[in-house]
Amino acid sequence: MNFKYTCSALAILAMSASAANAETLRLLTWGGYAPEAVIEKFEAETGHKVEVTKSNNEEMVAKLRATNGGGFDLIQPSQDRIAGAQEEFGIYKPLDLSKIDTNLFIDSMLEATKGNTMMDGKVFAVPHVWGTSGLVVNTKMAGSVKDYTDLCNADVAGKVSYRLKRPTLIGFAFAMGMDPFAAYGDADAYQGILDKVEAKLIECKANVKTYWDGGDEIKNLLRSGEVIASMAWDTGGWQLNADNADINFVAPASGALGWIDTFALPSRGRADEAAYAWINFVMQPEIAAMITSEAGNFTASKGGDAGVDDALKARYQTSFPQEAVDNIKWYPAVPAGLEALEGAVLDRVNAAQ
Amino acid sequence: MTSDKSKLGFFLLLSPLLLWLMTLIILPHVGMFFVSISEKVGVRQYETGFGNYAVFFNEPLYWNTFARTAYMSIAATFLTLMIGFPIAYYIAKLTKGRTKTTLFLMCLIPFWVSELVRTFGWMILLRETGVVSNFLQYIGLVDGPIEFLYNDAAIMTGLVYTSMLFMVVPLVTTLDSLDDSLIEASYDLGGNGYTILREIIIPHAMPGIVSGCIVVFMLSLGNYLTPILLGGKDSLWFTGLIYSQFITRFNWELGSAFGFLLLGLSSLIVFVGLKLSRQSLTETMGR
Repeated sequence: MNFKYTCSALAILAMSASAANAETLRLLTWGGYAPEAVIEKFEAETGHKVEVTKSNNEEMVAKLRATNGGGFDLIQPSQDRIAGAQEEFGIYKPLDLSKIDTNLFIDSMLEATKGNTMMDGKVFAVPHVWGTSGLVVNTKMAGSVKDYTDLCNADVAGKVSYRLKRPTLIGFAFAMGMDPFAAYGDADAYQGILDKVEAKLIECKANVKTYWDGGDEIKNLLRSGEVIASMAWDTGGWQLNADNADINFVAPASGALGWIDTFALPSRGRADEAAYAWINFVMQPEIAAMITSEAGNFTASKGGDAGVDDALKARYQTSFPQEAVDNIKWYPAVPAGLEALEGAVLDRVNAAQ
Repeated sequence: MTSDKSKLGFFLLLSPLLLWLMTLIILPHVGMFFVSISEKVGVRQYETGFGNYAVFFNEPLYWNTFARTAYMSIAATFLTLMIGFPIAYYIAKLTKGRTKTTLFLMCLIPFWVSELVRTFGWMILLRETGVVSNFLQYIGLVDGPIEFLYNDAAIMTGLVYTSMLFMVVPLVTTLDSLDDSLIEASYDLGGNGYTILREIIIPHAMPGIVSGCIVVFMLSLGNYLTPILLGGKDSLWFTGLIYSQFITRFNWELGSAFGFLLLGLSSLIVFVGLKLSRQSLTETMGR
């Protein structure tokens, strides 16, 4: 009996000792950013466990706000959702850059993200995956669609879809010759831009088949031919292109909208060590290439594009000739309170008949 | 001594209910109420006031949406009753034994899959490249594909389908309790089908009708998935507004106020409905 007790006590001790080193990393991220194969490798190499929750920008901020920054250990919102959300809700904690192997990152992207997410001299995020939204078009049936506002053309009436979210407002504003990013700091000027976009979107509503919500929904609509022109993410277009050569991502004339999804630590995260280990792990070129082939988007990892398969590279180059790359409009940080103005506009567009 | 013991037993039996009510319903609502009366004046600055409620009444968009939601829910309730009553009557009065169980089960089976799956089922049927559109083209009734989705009729179909069970069950129960000899007696006394329905069956089934209507109305009003998925670009539904205030606008204050308004206004509609049908809640629920 005594022996048995000693054994189980030892076992418990051993378990708790290993638990102290190995943490559970609760990762809140986007679909495709943490492929199963990568998780297995990471768990085998470091001993940490990974639990993945898939989400989107708005839900990430809303979830952390509900728990005051608890419940997750590492999250991946876009870089424009860091500073404003931090100022308003205080849901992130500053990164300790000494724990991150910055040599793994493409320097220009790292510097840009650091600058964009800096508050009181502290950095809150480093870049991970980047991509753009623009137009996904069935080029055979909707060849006329070259810019966001072309979605309102009569020849594609009833076969158009876009999201009723802020990227649509921004895209239309650029296509209408305005610069919404320049007006970010000036609420009145921004409202002026929004008013014009609102009028355009209401006028355009008759053209729209439906407003899409999820990536799978829009891919379905395009694949079935029910929608022939849409505003969507580049990856969606490239995936569809693999099945149907007519459909492809088109960088709009007024510029694709560029986003960078980041790594940030929630303010009450408990497994920082595992979080830093994950960041350093997935930014290695060969792991980054695995994520790129899963998610379809390129990463901020130096040399991460080398291991990506040629078909994806070819699609990327068709959609993005050099001048289109130079024309990408990168989202600056969203100032706190801007969403309320945009929200009212989106509600009114949704309600318009 | 005995009375003490029975008191203890009473409180022990009551405690799960009280716990449930307190922790899951009352406390969250109190919290939500305090959120709803804090107005945002700047970054991390809040003032107490009823400004969020004023927004609802000052912006026509919001109360129009509420009115539309209420009106559509009432229409859905009425339709469900119209379709559900004959079904319930048939199950309760015209069938017996095994057939009865089978029919009842058939009403129940769609609810074994989640609401999301059922709604996607409707999307597969109704979409432009869907089953119905293809069938109509196949038999030559129409030339091109037709879009059935993304309009109010699609929302209505989904709502009626989703809530049918909740109408049929209370109706079957009340109709079951109607003694067949009463119907026979009224035939003997010279009644015809219509007068019997009006004078005997409906008055007897009234509590079932009212409780079914309340449940269906509340379910439709609070439904989120069906209107959003089937309604597409015209899916303006009050719960959708609340969702977007909470999740995409980070405006919990307005969202909470909307939540309370939905609670209050829907209770008011149910109250008016009860008054109009001259039923009382205790009588309806007591049966």
